[in-house]
Amino acid sequence: MDEMNDQIRRVIREHGHLSVDIDSLADDADLYQAGMASHASVNVMIALEDAFDVEFLDSMLKRSVFESVDSIAQALTEVGVEA
Amino acid sequence: MADFRPGTPDQEEFLRDLVGAGYLIESGVPGVYGRGDAFERVRLGFDAKVTAASETESPEHMVFPPLLPRRQMEDVGYLKSFPHLACTVFAFEGDEEQAAEQEQRADNHEDWSGHQRMTDLVLKPAACYPVYPAVAARGALAPGGVMVDAGGTYVFRHEPSGDPARLQAFHQREIVRIGEPETVVGWRNRWRDRSLELLRSVGLDATTDVASDPFFGRAGRLLARSQRSQELKFEVVVPIAGPEPTAVASFNYHQDHFSSVYGIEMDGDGDTTAHTACLGFGLERITLALVRAHGLDQDRWPAAVREELGL
Repeated sequence: MDEMNDQIRRVIREHGHLSVDIDSLADDADLYQAGMASHASVNVMIALEDAFDVEFLDSMLKRSVFESVDSIAQALTEVGVEA
Repeated sequence: MADFRPGTPDQEEFLRDLVGAGYLIESGVPGVYGRGDAFERVRLGFDAKVTAASETESPEHMVFPPLLPRRQMEDVGYLKSFPHLACTVFAFEGDEEQAAEQEQRADNHEDWSGHQRMTDLVLKPAACYPVYPAVAARGALAPGGVMVDAGGTYVFRHEPSGDPARLQAFHQREIVRIGEPETVVGWRNRWRDRSLELLRSVGLDATTDVASDPFFGRAGRLLARSQRSQELKFEVVVPIAGPEPTAVASFNYHQDHFSSVYGIEMDGDGDTTAHTACLGFGLERITLALVRAHGLDQDRWPAAVREELGL
């Protein structure tokens, strides 16, 4: 799980345009509250698919899935990424 | 070339009626029509009603051409959200020989795009876009911000369709509000309710609902759902033709999307990023809805509606 979360955090750092350092946030912290705009969440989504070589299900393309490191990890697990 | 989307049988019948009665003049390209007298009287009548309603708030007026600097389309991320709708202006670049070759191909109606190069211009996809950089260039805004009436100008969306309510070139009457977040949201919500009254006052069966923009692709689905879940966009919908009511006005809260691109700030301390909202009336769709509701013969429209529109 740690490795997956580390990689998720790397993607968010690069594409999420947060107004705070991702390292200061817990895994369940709200990324939108931390300054991630909708357009940035799209970049995070695409970068996650690249990084993990998966495709999110259509039903996962919604705001709540990209809300936190935890929610992203859960979605990645559901599409077959091993924790 | 974008795929042509045929209209439903009743949409196509309505289009034939509109052309037959002189409301629309066919150009040979779906979604691009001339407007006859009957059409323009109604369109301008409703446009004047919007002007009368907005003047109570003393907006500033800005008028822009139907072209937009390409740089602005790039800066606001339009090509990420709506690459399928964008129209870019190209122009010839070459010598005499190449001009002759181009002319020859054009004469035969073959592809003559070979010597065309991208210019600094695109067709304006939304009437409000030039307002944001214009306001940003003035520096920080005084408390309360600004309201800008961008008028009713032609905008372009590349989506050829047989539905007369889905035009490639149409007039969007847009008003923009820039200020503190709560000022902007309150304004957007008030105008949503006012617009419902405005449309009902001319006999339209108007209702309002949360909506989303037609963002492109899978990433677009995330954007659209995100927009809905945050209630950033409302539309007023009215029956025109086809199975679903059609959006004739929209009320959009952009949060800091445009202000962060152009650096629009409020004068003051702390977080001074301005927020923006816009409202847009689709003047052609409103005209079509009125014709659909009251008939092709304007002499037989209810007297109250005729009076409201100054017919």
